[in-house]
Amino acid sequence: MQRLRVRYAKRGRLRFTSHRDISRAVERAVRRAGIPVAYSAGFSPHPKISYAGAAPTGVASEAEYLEIGVTTPCNPGQVRQDLDESLPPGLDVLDVVEAGPGGLADRLEVSEWEVRLPGADRELAEVAAEKFLAAGTVEVERLTKKGLRRFDAREAVLGLTVSEGTDRTAAQVRGEPCVILRMVVRHMTPAVRPDDVLTGLRLVADFAPPVPPEVTRLAQGPLDASTGALADPLDLDRDITRGGEAGPAGEHVAG
Amino acid sequence: MWWSGTCHRLIAATLERMSVESIFPRLEALLPKVQKPIQYVGGELNSTVKDWDSADVRWALMYPDAYEVGLPNQGVAILYEILNELPATLAERTYAVWPDLEALMRAEGVPQFTVDAHRPVRAFDVLGVSFSTELGYTNMLTALDLAGIPLPAVDRGEDDPIVLAGGHAAFNPEPIADFLDAAVLGDGEQISIAISEVVREWKAEGRPGGRDELLMRLAESGGVYVPKFYDVDYHPDGRIKRVAPNRADVPWRVHKHTVMDLDEWPYPKKPLVPLAETVHERFSVEIFRGCTRGCRFCQAGMITRPVRERSITTIGAMVENGIKESGFNEVGLLSLSSADHSEIGDVAKGLADRYEGTNTSLSLPSTRVDAFNIDLANEFSRNGRRSGLTFAPEGGSERMRKVINKMVTEEDLIRTVSTAYSQGWRQVKLYFMCGLPTEEDEDVLGIADLAKKVIQAGREATGSRDIRCTVSIGGFVPKPHTPFQWAGQADHETVDRRLKALRDSLRGDKQYGRAIGFRYHDGKPSIVEGLLSRGDRRVGAVIRAVWEDGGRFDGWSEHFSYERWMSAAEKAGVDVGWYTTREREENEILPWDHLDAGLDREWLWQDWQEAVSGAEVEDCRWTPCYDCGVCPTMGTEIQIGPTGRKLLPLTVV
Repeated sequence: MQRLRVRYAKRGRLRFTSHRDISRAVERAVRRAGIPVAYSAGFSPHPKISYAGAAPTGVASEAEYLEIGVTTPCNPGQVRQDLDESLPPGLDVLDVVEAGPGGLADRLEVSEWEVRLPGADRELAEVAAEKFLAAGTVEVERLTKKGLRRFDAREAVLGLTVSEGTDRTAAQVRGEPCVILRMVVRHMTPAVRPDDVLTGLRLVADFAPPVPPEVTRLAQGPLDASTGALADPLDLDRDITRGGEAGPAGEHVAG
Repeated sequence: MWWSGTCHRLIAATLERMSVESIFPRLEALLPKVQKPIQYVGGELNSTVKDWDSADVRWALMYPDAYEVGLPNQGVAILYEILNELPATLAERTYAVWPDLEALMRAEGVPQFTVDAHRPVRAFDVLGVSFSTELGYTNMLTALDLAGIPLPAVDRGEDDPIVLAGGHAAFNPEPIADFLDAAVLGDGEQISIAISEVVREWKAEGRPGGRDELLMRLAESGGVYVPKFYDVDYHPDGRIKRVAPNRADVPWRVHKHTVMDLDEWPYPKKPLVPLAETVHERFSVEIFRGCTRGCRFCQAGMITRPVRERSITTIGAMVENGIKESGFNEVGLLSLSSADHSEIGDVAKGLADRYEGTNTSLSLPSTRVDAFNIDLANEFSRNGRRSGLTFAPEGGSERMRKVINKMVTEEDLIRTVSTAYSQGWRQVKLYFMCGLPTEEDEDVLGIADLAKKVIQAGREATGSRDIRCTVSIGGFVPKPHTPFQWAGQADHETVDRRLKALRDSLRGDKQYGRAIGFRYHDGKPSIVEGLLSRGDRRVGAVIRAVWEDGGRFDGWSEHFSYERWMSAAEKAGVDVGWYTTREREENEILPWDHLDAGLDREWLWQDWQEAVSGAEVEDCRWTPCYDCGVCPTMGTEIQIGPTGRKLLPLTVV
């Protein structure tokens, strides 16, 4: 059975989709696109589509991943186009490759996040980031499905920078200039999410943004051992497929 | 109230000139703080956003319940598509917002919005509200208020939309008459287009005579009910004395609309595919409209006559197109009694053949209790999924079933259910009603006997104890335009007492009790539904008071408050018992008598009398006409097959 690995974005207003919403949308899109998806056996067969670490509801992403098992071999480029056309604008397929050996989830070691903080003070943000990075551990609490959990938010953070700019907001419209945090966070258990880092900034420096932050996951992947940079997790698959596929597709702007 | 009337008037006056802005940026800031934000963002597959300035007639279509209930509604979906297909016309959808978002919208001054382009509802020409049930009335008031539209229709001005009700509850819109500019009875396809043209013409002429002239143009035809053009007088004892037009050229009666050739209206063509989870995740095709089985409690069966079938060929084409356009993996064949389609066997076999091996499931809301129905269900479940079958005997005793004209004998039911069990179905669901006219305790206890016999027969047929049956009970509410429109509704104490006795009888049974599930609601919500169903204009004050007191989402048990309704009624001087449990005389003028569903009033009365004496009436689909009056009054006729055609296999692409 051929497996296809898909990188997709969740943009604009569709960032409010939950993981369950996305899986329903993808199942329907796969049917609409006529992709020969494989089904599980048994009393109620399910399409073989698996998802790797979905971004939380309300968080936009340029780098979500899923894997589709198909019954007959498909051209990844064609699947990219067909699946993208079958999904609502805002759930945009960026890249499709045929899966090579090795699990995809294992390669998703770190995420890079952009956190826009409209109305926040840049100097305070910088001070908070410095204090956070200087701390050995920053214990935060979050209410999870299993109840209130307490864990260290510091160790997972590999990088945290403060800038200012008019980069796209999560809503994909040009926003007012504002403070932007960029962070590279290692995937751990329990997961440290951008809002946990913000909680940490509040704890170490009393830094609290005035309005809810706009969060976007920019990338996910393995850390390049030599450069320390975040690498494309699909490159490993691409190396072994014939000639390789082009890089991520042009980005569609959702309303 | 957060909205300043004057200030808003000024804003609205400029709306028409400048293109209407999306309120999404303001809404977006609130979404991280609410439950299930995805329901408010729109962007569904097959949704339509048109340029505001490309249209000169603009509809906001509302289903007055939560998105998860409203999105799958066929009526709204069909009108949305038809109106958007019209040139220079646009339609967008709006739903009831949950109280968490409502509070934030009030705090931040965000108005009621459409989910398509997030335009403020007040900017539209028409706000069409589809009422499947009366329990959406308070939600309409929330939407009007959030939109900045005055609640009383008489307070509305040039810049307010025409608030127009449709749907089954609109066959008696009197309880909400004060809040409506207009109401339409029956099928919406053609009349919504006609209304669009009247609005277009009036706007193009420079809105002569203002709002009243537009309403007058709509009312003149006799096809649109404008409540304020009718005065209601009352007798000293509270009964209605007279309902009469209060201006020349307004007809005495308003008639319902009937689409005669369903094959000409194959909607939905582009089914909306929600991102959020909704109550029905499937593509639905109406295989016919109308029902003439003559069940006396059934308002839908009375007001949608005559029977009009969609042909097997159109059904096949709609299913094929709908699956392709939506990606849904389930297809529902809708109607009031789907097994009655003249070619249902061929439809079932044809579709089952076409979609075998594609993981597409087919479903048929089954109501008829006979073996044929099981053949159909078997056809639809060829791939081996035989989970549950539903039958609706409605009445627990033979006598009761004669009263309601649901002609099913106990032998039929037992035989049918045994067949189902022996063919691999493990779970059978049985629907009944409690509180039917002439009902006695023993009629309801008869439900328990029936359920026990069903299990016994099932065990015998299968030799297994691994079978179940679920008994679901709904409270009966007498509805306008049915033979039971004169009946006294059972009070909730009686209903609750009978349900408790039934529950005890089921639970206490050692032999069968564990195999029988029991689902019911208490009788109180039915009383409020009864008040709203057969209410007149004086009930409007109760609805408004309940809403002002915070009443929302009355169809949801966690939001519904019986006490709130009762105390509001008391304050408004409305005697709930007079509207609900009181039996009416033949000559009493009913609040909806001037609204014409085509049914002959004398026939309805005669059928009510026959109900009490237990006389049955046959289905005129197959037997001679029994003069309900619809066809001659409306100039319609029964339209059924067979066409003799079969569904051919789909070509594999």
